[in-house]
Amino acid sequence: MGTTIGIFIAAGLTLCIYSFLYKDNPFYKFAEHLFVGVAAGYTIATAWHQTVVRQIWHPVVTEGKFTLLIPTAIGMLMFSRFIPKYRWLIRWALAFTIGVGAGASIPLSMHSFIFKQTEATLQPFSGIGNLQFTAIINSVIIALGLLCTLIYFFFSVEHKGAVGVASKVGIFFLMVSFGAAFGYTVMARISLLIGRIYFLLHDWLHIAR
Amino acid sequence: MKILDKLATLDRRYIFLMVALTVIVPLLFPIGMPITVTKEVQTVYDYIEKLPPGSTIMLAMDYDPAALAELYPMNLAVLRHAYSRDIKVIGMTLWITGATLGNLVMREAAEGIAQEGEDYVYLGFVTGAASVIMGMGEDISAVYPTDYGGRPLSEVPAMKGIKNYKDIDLLIDLAAGATPESWIAYAGSKYGQTIAVGCTAVSAVGYYPFLNSNQIIGLIGGMKGAAEYEKLIEARGTATAGMDSQSIAHILIIVLIIVANISYFAVRKKTTV
Repeated sequence: MGTTIGIFIAAGLTLCIYSFLYKDNPFYKFAEHLFVGVAAGYTIATAWHQTVVRQIWHPVVTEGKFTLLIPTAIGMLMFSRFIPKYRWLIRWALAFTIGVGAGASIPLSMHSFIFKQTEATLQPFSGIGNLQFTAIINSVIIALGLLCTLIYFFFSVEHKGAVGVASKVGIFFLMVSFGAAFGYTVMARISLLIGRIYFLLHDWLHIAR
Repeated sequence: MKILDKLATLDRRYIFLMVALTVIVPLLFPIGMPITVTKEVQTVYDYIEKLPPGSTIMLAMDYDPAALAELYPMNLAVLRHAYSRDIKVIGMTLWITGATLGNLVMREAAEGIAQEGEDYVYLGFVTGAASVIMGMGEDISAVYPTDYGGRPLSEVPAMKGIKNYKDIDLLIDLAAGATPESWIAYAGSKYGQTIAVGCTAVSAVGYYPFLNSNQIIGLIGGMKGAAEYEKLIEARGTATAGMDSQSIAHILIIVLIIVANISYFAVRKKTTV
Protein backbone atom coordinates (compact mmCIF):
# COMPACT_ATOMS: atom_id res chain seq x y z
CA MET A 1 0.00 0.00 0.00
CA GLY A 2 2.82 2.37 0.99
CA THR A 3 4.63 1.66 -2.27
CA THR A 4 1.48 2.31 -4.31
CA ILE A 5 0.93 5.67 -2.62
CA GLY A 6 4.59 6.50 -3.21
CA ILE A 7 4.28 5.66 -6.92
CA PHE A 8 1.17 7.85 -7.27
CA ILE A 9 2.93 10.77 -5.55
CA ALA A 10 6.03 10.33 -7.74
CA ALA A 11 3.90 10.09 -10.90
CA GLY A 12 1.94 13.21 -9.96
CA LEU A 13 5.10 15.19 -9.25
CA THR A 14 6.68 13.99 -12.53
CA LEU A 15 3.65 15.29 -14.44
CA CYS A 16 3.78 18.57 -12.49
CA ILE A 17 7.42 19.06 -13.54
CA TYR A 18 6.80 18.13 -17.19
CA SER A 19 3.86 20.54 -17.35
CA PHE A 20 6.52 23.27 -17.58
CA LEU A 21 7.18 22.14 -21.15
CA TYR A 22 3.80 23.59 -22.09
CA LYS A 23 4.22 26.73 -20.03
CA ASP A 24 5.10 27.89 -16.53
CA ASN A 25 2.31 27.11 -14.07
CA PRO A 26 1.56 26.73 -10.33
CA PHE A 27 1.82 22.90 -10.43
CA TYR A 28 5.38 23.14 -11.70
CA LYS A 29 6.24 25.77 -9.08
CA PHE A 30 4.78 23.59 -6.32
CA ALA A 31 6.80 20.53 -7.39
CA GLU A 32 9.97 22.60 -7.78
CA HIS A 33 9.70 24.16 -4.33
CA LEU A 34 8.80 20.83 -2.76
CA PHE A 35 11.91 19.27 -4.30
CA VAL A 36 14.19 22.02 -2.99
CA GLY A 37 12.75 21.71 0.51
CA VAL A 38 12.87 17.91 0.63
CA ALA A 39 16.40 17.80 -0.80
CA ALA A 40 17.67 20.33 1.75
CA GLY A 41 15.97 18.50 4.64
CA TYR A 42 17.27 15.12 3.46
CA THR A 43 20.81 16.46 3.10
CA ILE A 44 20.87 17.94 6.60
CA ALA A 45 19.40 14.82 8.22
CA THR A 46 21.80 12.51 6.38
CA ALA A 47 24.82 14.67 7.21
CA TRP A 48 23.80 14.70 10.87
CA HIS A 49 23.29 10.94 11.20
CA GLN A 50 26.00 9.68 8.86
CA THR A 51 28.74 12.11 9.81
CA VAL A 52 28.10 13.86 13.13
CA VAL A 53 26.52 10.96 15.01
CA ARG A 54 28.41 8.10 13.36
CA GLN A 55 31.86 9.66 13.04
CA ILE A 56 32.00 11.97 16.04
CA TRP A 57 29.36 11.31 18.67
CA HIS A 58 29.60 7.50 18.87
CA PRO A 59 33.41 7.21 18.75
CA VAL A 60 33.81 9.93 21.39
CA VAL A 61 31.02 8.85 23.75
CA THR A 62 31.16 5.05 23.44
CA GLU A 63 34.80 4.45 22.53
CA GLY A 64 36.44 7.40 24.28
CA LYS A 65 38.26 8.63 21.16
CA PHE A 66 38.67 12.16 22.49
CA THR A 67 41.32 13.10 19.89
CA LEU A 68 38.42 13.43 17.43
CA LEU A 69 37.40 16.56 19.30
CA ILE A 70 40.42 18.41 17.85
CA PRO A 71 39.34 18.24 14.17
CA THR A 72 35.75 18.76 15.33
CA ALA A 73 36.77 21.98 17.08
CA ILE A 74 38.65 23.16 13.97
CA GLY A 75 35.58 22.40 11.87
CA MET A 76 33.32 24.25 14.30
CA LEU A 77 35.39 27.37 13.67
CA MET A 78 33.66 27.54 10.26
CA PHE A 79 30.58 28.76 12.13
CA SER A 80 32.47 31.63 13.75
CA ARG A 81 31.60 33.82 10.78
CA PHE A 82 28.11 34.17 12.24
CA ILE A 83 29.57 35.98 15.28
CA PRO A 84 31.04 39.31 14.06
CA LYS A 85 33.47 39.62 16.99
CA TYR A 86 35.06 36.20 16.32
CA ARG A 87 34.63 36.11 12.55
CA TRP A 88 38.40 36.02 12.04
CA LEU A 89 38.60 32.53 13.55
CA ILE A 90 37.21 31.06 10.33
CA ARG A 91 40.64 31.69 8.79
CA TRP A 92 42.15 28.93 10.93
CA ALA A 93 39.64 26.39 9.68
CA LEU A 94 40.04 27.57 6.08
CA ALA A 95 43.84 27.56 6.36
CA PHE A 96 43.74 23.97 7.55
CA THR A 97 41.30 22.89 4.82
CA ILE A 98 43.14 24.66 1.99
CA GLY A 99 46.58 23.59 3.23
CA VAL A 100 45.71 19.90 3.53
CA GLY A 101 43.60 19.94 0.35
CA ALA A 102 46.24 21.62 -1.78
CA GLY A 103 49.05 19.52 -0.34
CA ALA A 104 47.23 16.31 -1.13
CA SER A 105 45.74 17.25 -4.47
CA ILE A 106 48.47 19.19 -6.32
CA PRO A 107 51.08 16.40 -6.66
CA LEU A 108 48.48 13.71 -7.30
CA SER A 109 46.60 15.83 -9.84
CA MET A 110 49.85 16.66 -11.65
CA HIS A 111 50.71 12.97 -11.76
CA SER A 112 47.25 11.73 -12.78
CA PHE A 113 46.10 14.40 -15.18
CA ILE A 114 49.30 15.75 -16.75
CA PHE A 115 52.19 13.30 -16.47
CA LYS A 116 50.16 10.13 -17.05
CA GLN A 117 48.23 11.72 -19.93
CA THR A 118 51.42 13.01 -21.57
CA GLU A 119 53.01 9.60 -21.12
CA ALA A 120 49.99 7.88 -22.71
CA THR A 121 50.18 10.25 -25.69
CA LEU A 122 53.90 9.78 -26.34
CA GLN A 123 54.57 6.22 -25.15
CA PRO A 124 53.12 4.42 -28.21
CA PHE A 125 55.82 6.03 -30.38
CA SER A 126 58.57 4.32 -28.36
CA GLY A 127 57.39 0.93 -29.62
CA ILE A 128 55.83 1.99 -32.90
CA GLY A 129 57.43 -0.92 -34.78
CA ASN A 130 55.37 -3.41 -32.78
CA LEU A 131 52.04 -1.61 -33.22
CA GLN A 132 49.27 -2.53 -35.64
CA PHE A 133 48.55 -0.08 -38.45
CA THR A 134 45.28 1.15 -36.86
CA ALA A 135 47.01 1.69 -33.50
CA ILE A 136 49.71 3.77 -35.22
CA ILE A 137 47.04 5.92 -36.93
CA ASN A 138 45.23 6.39 -33.59
CA SER A 139 48.45 7.39 -31.82
CA VAL A 140 49.34 9.89 -34.55
CA ILE A 141 45.85 11.44 -34.44
CA ILE A 142 45.94 11.75 -30.64
CA ALA A 143 49.43 13.32 -30.64
CA LEU A 144 48.54 15.66 -33.52
CA GLY A 145 45.29 16.67 -31.82
CA LEU A 146 47.10 17.39 -28.55
CA LEU A 147 49.83 19.52 -30.15
CA CYS A 148 47.51 21.49 -32.45
CA THR A 149 44.99 22.17 -29.65
CA LEU A 150 47.78 23.37 -27.36
CA ILE A 151 49.04 25.66 -30.15
CA TYR A 152 45.51 27.10 -30.56
CA PHE A 153 45.59 28.09 -26.87
CA PHE A 154 49.12 29.55 -27.14
CA PHE A 155 48.49 33.28 -27.47
CA SER A 156 52.05 34.64 -27.15
CA VAL A 157 52.69 34.15 -30.88
CA GLU A 158 50.52 35.52 -33.68
CA HIS A 159 48.47 32.77 -35.32
CA LYS A 160 49.78 32.99 -38.88
CA GLY A 161 51.96 30.83 -41.12
CA ALA A 162 52.71 27.37 -39.72
CA VAL A 163 51.34 28.34 -36.30
CA GLY A 164 48.15 29.56 -37.96
CA VAL A 165 47.70 26.27 -39.84
CA ALA A 166 48.35 24.23 -36.69
CA SER A 167 45.95 26.47 -34.79
CA LYS A 168 43.22 25.87 -37.41
CA VAL A 169 43.78 22.12 -37.17
CA GLY A 170 43.48 22.56 -33.40
CA ILE A 171 40.07 24.21 -33.90
CA PHE A 172 39.02 21.22 -36.02
CA PHE A 173 39.94 18.83 -33.19
CA LEU A 174 38.10 21.04 -30.69
CA MET A 175 34.99 20.98 -32.88
CA VAL A 176 35.12 17.19 -33.10
CA SER A 177 35.43 17.04 -29.31
CA PHE A 178 32.48 19.45 -28.83
CA GLY A 179 30.44 17.35 -31.26
CA ALA A 180 31.19 14.17 -29.32
CA ALA A 181 30.31 15.91 -26.06
CA PHE A 182 27.06 17.23 -27.56
CA GLY A 183 26.15 13.77 -28.88
CA TYR A 184 26.68 12.25 -25.47
CA THR A 185 24.70 15.09 -23.86
CA VAL A 186 21.72 14.44 -26.14
CA MET A 187 21.97 10.74 -25.27
CA ALA A 188 22.06 11.53 -21.55
CA ARG A 189 19.05 13.85 -21.66
CA ILE A 190 17.00 11.41 -23.72
CA SER A 191 17.95 8.67 -21.22
CA LEU A 192 16.55 10.76 -18.37
CA LEU A 193 13.31 11.25 -20.29
CA ILE A 194 13.13 7.52 -21.03
CA GLY A 195 13.64 6.79 -17.33
CA ARG A 196 10.74 8.99 -16.28
CA ILE A 197 8.40 7.85 -19.05
CA TYR A 198 9.25 4.21 -18.36
CA PHE A 199 8.36 4.84 -14.72
CA LEU A 200 5.01 6.36 -15.74
CA LEU A 201 4.13 3.62 -18.24
CA HIS A 202 5.54 0.63 -16.35
CA ASP A 203 5.41 1.31 -12.61
CA TRP A 204 2.38 3.62 -12.57
CA LEU A 205 0.10 2.69 -15.46
CA HIS A 206 1.39 -0.89 -15.98
CA ILE A 207 1.06 -0.65 -19.75
CA ALA A 208 4.72 -1.05 -20.74
CA ARG A 209 6.62 -4.33 -20.52
CA MET B 1 9.97 28.13 -49.05
CA LYS B 2 6.90 28.73 -46.97
CA ILE B 3 7.53 25.44 -45.18
CA LEU B 4 11.11 26.47 -44.41
CA ASP B 5 9.89 29.83 -43.10
CA LYS B 6 7.39 28.08 -40.86
CA LEU B 7 10.04 25.67 -39.62
CA ALA B 8 12.26 28.58 -38.62
CA THR B 9 9.52 29.86 -36.31
CA LEU B 10 8.13 26.49 -35.23
CA ASP B 11 6.75 26.45 -31.70
CA ARG B 12 9.24 24.41 -29.65
CA ARG B 13 6.35 22.53 -28.03
CA TYR B 14 5.84 20.58 -31.27
CA ILE B 15 9.43 19.38 -30.93
CA PHE B 16 8.80 18.36 -27.30
CA LEU B 17 5.74 16.43 -28.50
CA MET B 18 7.71 14.66 -31.23
CA VAL B 19 10.48 13.68 -28.80
CA ALA B 20 7.87 12.42 -26.31
CA LEU B 21 6.23 10.27 -28.99
CA THR B 22 9.55 8.78 -30.12
CA VAL B 23 10.14 7.73 -26.52
CA ILE B 24 6.61 6.55 -25.62
CA VAL B 25 5.74 4.51 -28.74
CA PRO B 26 8.81 2.17 -28.66
CA LEU B 27 8.27 1.60 -24.93
CA LEU B 28 4.71 0.45 -25.64
CA PHE B 29 5.59 -1.48 -28.81
CA PRO B 30 9.22 -2.64 -28.52
CA ILE B 31 11.11 -3.31 -31.75
CA GLY B 32 14.07 -5.08 -30.15
CA MET B 33 16.87 -3.25 -31.95
CA PRO B 34 20.23 -5.00 -31.57
CA ILE B 35 22.60 -3.96 -28.78
CA THR B 36 26.29 -4.21 -29.62
CA VAL B 37 28.68 -4.67 -26.71
CA THR B 38 31.60 -2.25 -26.87
CA LYS B 39 35.17 -3.11 -25.86
CA GLU B 40 35.20 -0.76 -22.87
CA VAL B 41 32.13 -2.41 -21.29
CA GLN B 42 33.30 -5.92 -22.18
CA THR B 43 36.59 -5.25 -20.34
CA VAL B 44 34.79 -4.50 -17.07
CA TYR B 45 32.64 -7.61 -17.44
CA ASP B 46 35.66 -9.79 -18.27
CA TYR B 47 37.64 -8.45 -15.33
CA ILE B 48 34.88 -9.37 -12.87
CA GLU B 49 34.31 -12.68 -14.66
CA LYS B 50 37.96 -13.63 -14.18
CA LEU B 51 38.04 -12.80 -10.45
CA PRO B 52 38.06 -15.97 -8.34
CA PRO B 53 35.07 -16.53 -6.01
CA GLY B 54 35.67 -14.85 -2.66
CA SER B 55 37.35 -11.83 -4.21
CA THR B 56 36.23 -8.38 -3.13
CA ILE B 57 35.20 -5.38 -5.19
CA MET B 58 34.33 -1.92 -3.93
CA LEU B 59 31.42 -0.09 -5.53
CA ALA B 60 31.31 3.67 -5.12
CA MET B 61 27.76 4.72 -5.92
CA ASP B 62 28.36 8.42 -6.40
CA TYR B 63 25.02 9.48 -7.82
CA ASP B 64 21.60 10.63 -6.73
CA PRO B 65 18.02 10.15 -7.99
CA ALA B 66 18.59 12.63 -10.83
CA ALA B 67 20.82 10.07 -12.56
CA LEU B 68 18.61 7.11 -11.70
CA ALA B 69 17.63 6.30 -15.30
CA GLU B 70 21.21 5.74 -16.40
CA LEU B 71 23.07 4.54 -13.33
CA TYR B 72 20.51 2.47 -11.41
CA PRO B 73 20.21 -0.27 -14.10
CA MET B 74 23.99 -0.20 -14.50
CA ASN B 75 24.39 -0.55 -10.73
CA LEU B 76 21.92 -3.45 -10.58
CA ALA B 77 23.63 -5.27 -13.46
CA VAL B 78 27.14 -4.94 -12.00
CA LEU B 79 25.95 -6.01 -8.54
CA ARG B 80 24.02 -9.02 -9.88
CA HIS B 81 27.07 -10.08 -11.85
CA ALA B 82 29.32 -9.84 -8.77
CA TYR B 83 26.82 -11.59 -6.46
CA SER B 84 26.28 -14.41 -8.97
CA ARG B 85 30.06 -14.99 -9.08
CA ASP B 86 30.35 -15.12 -5.26
CA ILE B 87 32.34 -11.91 -5.24
CA LYS B 88 31.99 -9.82 -2.11
CA VAL B 89 30.89 -6.24 -2.60
CA ILE B 90 31.66 -3.25 -0.40
CA GLY B 91 29.30 -0.40 -1.28
CA MET B 92 29.68 3.23 -0.33
CA THR B 93 28.96 6.70 -1.67
CA LEU B 94 30.60 10.11 -1.73
CA TRP B 95 27.27 11.74 -2.59
CA ILE B 96 25.15 12.68 0.37
CA THR B 97 21.93 12.61 -1.67
CA GLY B 98 22.72 9.07 -2.77
CA ALA B 99 23.12 7.56 0.69
CA THR B 100 19.72 5.85 0.84
CA LEU B 101 19.76 4.96 -2.85
CA GLY B 102 22.95 2.91 -2.44
CA ASN B 103 21.34 0.85 0.30
CA LEU B 104 18.22 0.27 -1.82
CA VAL B 105 20.08 -0.87 -4.94
CA MET B 106 22.34 -3.26 -3.02
CA ARG B 107 19.34 -4.88 -1.38
CA GLU B 108 17.32 -5.10 -4.60
CA ALA B 109 20.19 -6.74 -6.48
CA ALA B 110 20.82 -9.17 -3.63
CA GLU B 111 17.28 -10.57 -3.53
CA GLY B 112 17.60 -14.35 -3.61
CA ILE B 113 21.30 -14.46 -4.46
CA ALA B 114 23.24 -12.66 -1.71
CA GLN B 115 23.08 -12.10 2.02
CA GLU B 116 23.64 -8.72 3.66
CA GLY B 117 26.71 -8.78 5.88
CA GLU B 118 27.91 -12.11 4.46
CA ASP B 119 28.19 -11.32 0.73
CA TYR B 120 27.96 -7.56 0.76
CA VAL B 121 28.14 -4.60 3.06
CA TYR B 122 26.96 -1.05 2.54
CA LEU B 123 28.98 1.61 4.31
CA GLY B 124 26.87 4.63 3.36
CA PHE B 125 28.06 8.22 3.18
CA VAL B 126 30.83 10.03 4.96
CA THR B 127 31.70 13.61 4.20
CA GLY B 128 35.10 14.58 2.81
CA ALA B 129 35.47 13.00 -0.67
CA ALA B 130 39.28 13.19 -1.11
CA SER B 131 40.03 12.50 2.55
CA VAL B 132 37.59 9.57 2.50
CA ILE B 133 39.30 8.04 -0.55
CA MET B 134 42.79 8.50 0.90
CA GLY B 135 41.71 7.39 4.36
CA MET B 136 40.41 4.09 2.98
CA GLY B 137 43.82 3.53 1.43
CA GLU B 138 45.18 3.24 4.96
CA ASP B 139 42.29 1.72 6.89
CA ILE B 140 38.66 1.47 5.77
CA SER B 141 37.38 1.01 9.33
CA ALA B 142 39.04 4.27 10.40
CA VAL B 143 36.90 6.15 7.84
CA TYR B 144 33.80 4.00 8.25
CA PRO B 145 33.76 2.71 11.86
CA THR B 146 30.35 1.11 11.21
CA ASP B 147 28.25 -0.02 8.27
CA TYR B 148 25.17 1.94 7.16
CA GLY B 149 23.03 0.22 9.79
CA GLY B 150 25.44 1.07 12.63
CA ARG B 151 27.12 -2.34 13.02
CA PRO B 152 30.89 -2.10 13.75
CA LEU B 153 32.88 -3.24 10.70
CA SER B 154 34.82 -5.73 12.83
CA GLU B 155 31.54 -7.62 13.29
CA VAL B 156 30.66 -7.72 9.56
CA PRO B 157 31.70 -11.08 7.98
CA ALA B 158 32.06 -9.52 4.50
CA MET B 159 34.78 -7.23 5.89
CA LYS B 160 36.83 -10.06 7.35
CA GLY B 161 40.41 -9.74 6.12
CA ILE B 162 39.68 -6.43 4.39
CA LYS B 163 41.77 -3.55 5.67
CA ASN B 164 42.44 -1.24 2.73
CA TYR B 165 42.77 -1.09 -1.07
CA LYS B 166 45.39 -3.86 -1.03
CA ASP B 167 42.56 -6.27 -0.21
CA ILE B 168 40.21 -4.95 -2.91
CA ASP B 169 40.52 -6.46 -6.38
CA LEU B 170 38.58 -3.82 -8.29
CA LEU B 171 37.00 -0.48 -7.54
CA ILE B 172 34.08 0.60 -9.71
CA ASP B 173 32.90 4.18 -9.47
CA LEU B 174 29.35 4.65 -10.72
CA ALA B 175 29.28 8.41 -10.97
CA ALA B 176 26.96 11.20 -11.98
CA GLY B 177 29.64 13.83 -11.44
CA ALA B 178 33.40 14.23 -11.43
CA THR B 179 34.20 11.79 -8.60
CA PRO B 180 36.03 9.33 -10.94
CA GLU B 181 38.78 11.94 -11.24
CA SER B 182 39.18 11.90 -7.45
CA TRP B 183 39.24 8.10 -7.37
CA ILE B 184 41.83 8.04 -10.18
CA ALA B 185 44.04 10.61 -8.46
CA TYR B 186 43.76 9.50 -4.84
CA ALA B 187 43.08 5.74 -5.04
CA GLY B 188 44.59 4.94 -8.45
CA SER B 189 47.74 7.04 -8.49
CA LYS B 190 48.48 7.01 -4.76
CA TYR B 191 47.57 3.43 -3.86
CA GLY B 192 47.68 1.65 -7.23
CA GLN B 193 44.02 0.61 -6.99
CA THR B 194 42.57 -0.89 -10.19
CA ILE B 195 39.60 1.25 -11.22
CA ALA B 196 36.68 0.98 -13.63
CA VAL B 197 34.19 3.77 -14.25
CA GLY B 198 30.46 3.72 -14.92
CA CYS B 199 29.07 7.15 -15.59
CA THR B 200 26.26 9.16 -17.13
CA ALA B 201 26.51 9.63 -20.88
CA VAL B 202 27.06 13.35 -20.49
CA SER B 203 30.38 12.79 -18.72
CA ALA B 204 31.51 9.64 -20.56
CA VAL B 205 33.43 11.54 -23.19
CA GLY B 206 35.65 13.03 -20.49
CA TYR B 207 36.86 9.63 -19.28
CA TYR B 208 38.13 8.22 -22.58
CA PRO B 209 41.57 9.80 -22.05
CA PHE B 210 41.86 7.84 -18.78
CA LEU B 211 40.94 4.69 -20.65
CA ASN B 212 43.60 5.46 -23.25
CA SER B 213 46.21 5.95 -20.52
CA ASN B 214 45.16 2.71 -18.75
CA GLN B 215 44.31 4.65 -15.58
CA ILE B 216 40.94 2.92 -15.73
CA ILE B 217 40.40 -0.57 -17.10
CA GLY B 218 36.92 -0.03 -18.53
CA LEU B 219 34.10 2.44 -19.03
CA ILE B 220 30.35 1.89 -18.87
CA GLY B 221 28.75 4.99 -20.35
CA GLY B 222 25.12 5.95 -19.78
CA MET B 223 21.99 3.91 -20.46
CA LYS B 224 23.63 2.35 -23.53
CA GLY B 225 26.50 1.05 -21.40
CA ALA B 226 24.00 -0.28 -18.86
CA ALA B 227 22.09 -2.07 -21.64
CA GLU B 228 25.34 -3.62 -22.86
CA TYR B 229 26.08 -4.91 -19.36
CA GLU B 230 22.53 -6.28 -19.08
CA LYS B 231 23.13 -8.12 -22.34
CA LEU B 232 26.39 -9.57 -21.03
CA ILE B 233 24.77 -10.93 -17.87
CA GLU B 234 21.73 -12.03 -19.92
CA ALA B 235 19.24 -10.12 -17.79
CA ARG B 236 16.90 -7.75 -19.60
CA GLY B 237 16.39 -4.66 -17.46
CA THR B 238 15.17 -1.10 -17.76
CA ALA B 239 18.22 -0.02 -19.78
CA THR B 240 17.55 -2.64 -22.45
CA ALA B 241 13.87 -1.63 -22.47
CA GLY B 242 14.85 1.97 -23.18
CA MET B 243 17.25 1.29 -26.06
CA ASP B 244 14.59 1.32 -28.82
CA SER B 245 13.37 4.72 -27.62
CA GLN B 246 16.95 5.95 -27.38
CA SER B 247 17.78 4.96 -30.97
CA ILE B 248 14.58 6.38 -32.47
CA ALA B 249 14.88 9.62 -30.48
CA HIS B 250 18.45 9.97 -31.79
CA ILE B 251 17.22 9.58 -35.37
CA LEU B 252 14.63 12.30 -34.72
CA ILE B 253 17.30 14.63 -33.27
CA ILE B 254 19.54 14.06 -36.33
CA VAL B 255 16.63 14.81 -38.68
CA LEU B 256 15.73 17.93 -36.68
CA ILE B 257 19.34 19.18 -36.81
CA ILE B 258 19.46 18.70 -40.60
CA VAL B 259 16.05 20.32 -41.18
CA ALA B 260 16.86 23.22 -38.82
CA ASN B 261 20.12 23.92 -40.65
CA ILE B 262 18.47 23.81 -44.08
CA SER B 263 15.77 26.15 -42.81
CA TYR B 264 18.36 28.47 -41.22
CA PHE B 265 20.47 28.77 -44.36
CA ALA B 266 17.40 29.18 -46.61
CA VAL B 267 16.01 32.00 -44.46
CA ARG B 268 19.43 33.66 -44.20
CA LYS B 269 19.92 33.47 -47.98
CA LYS B 270 16.53 35.04 -48.54
CA THR B 271 17.16 37.90 -46.10
CA THR B 272 20.63 38.68 -47.56
CA VAL B 273 19.22 38.69 -51.14
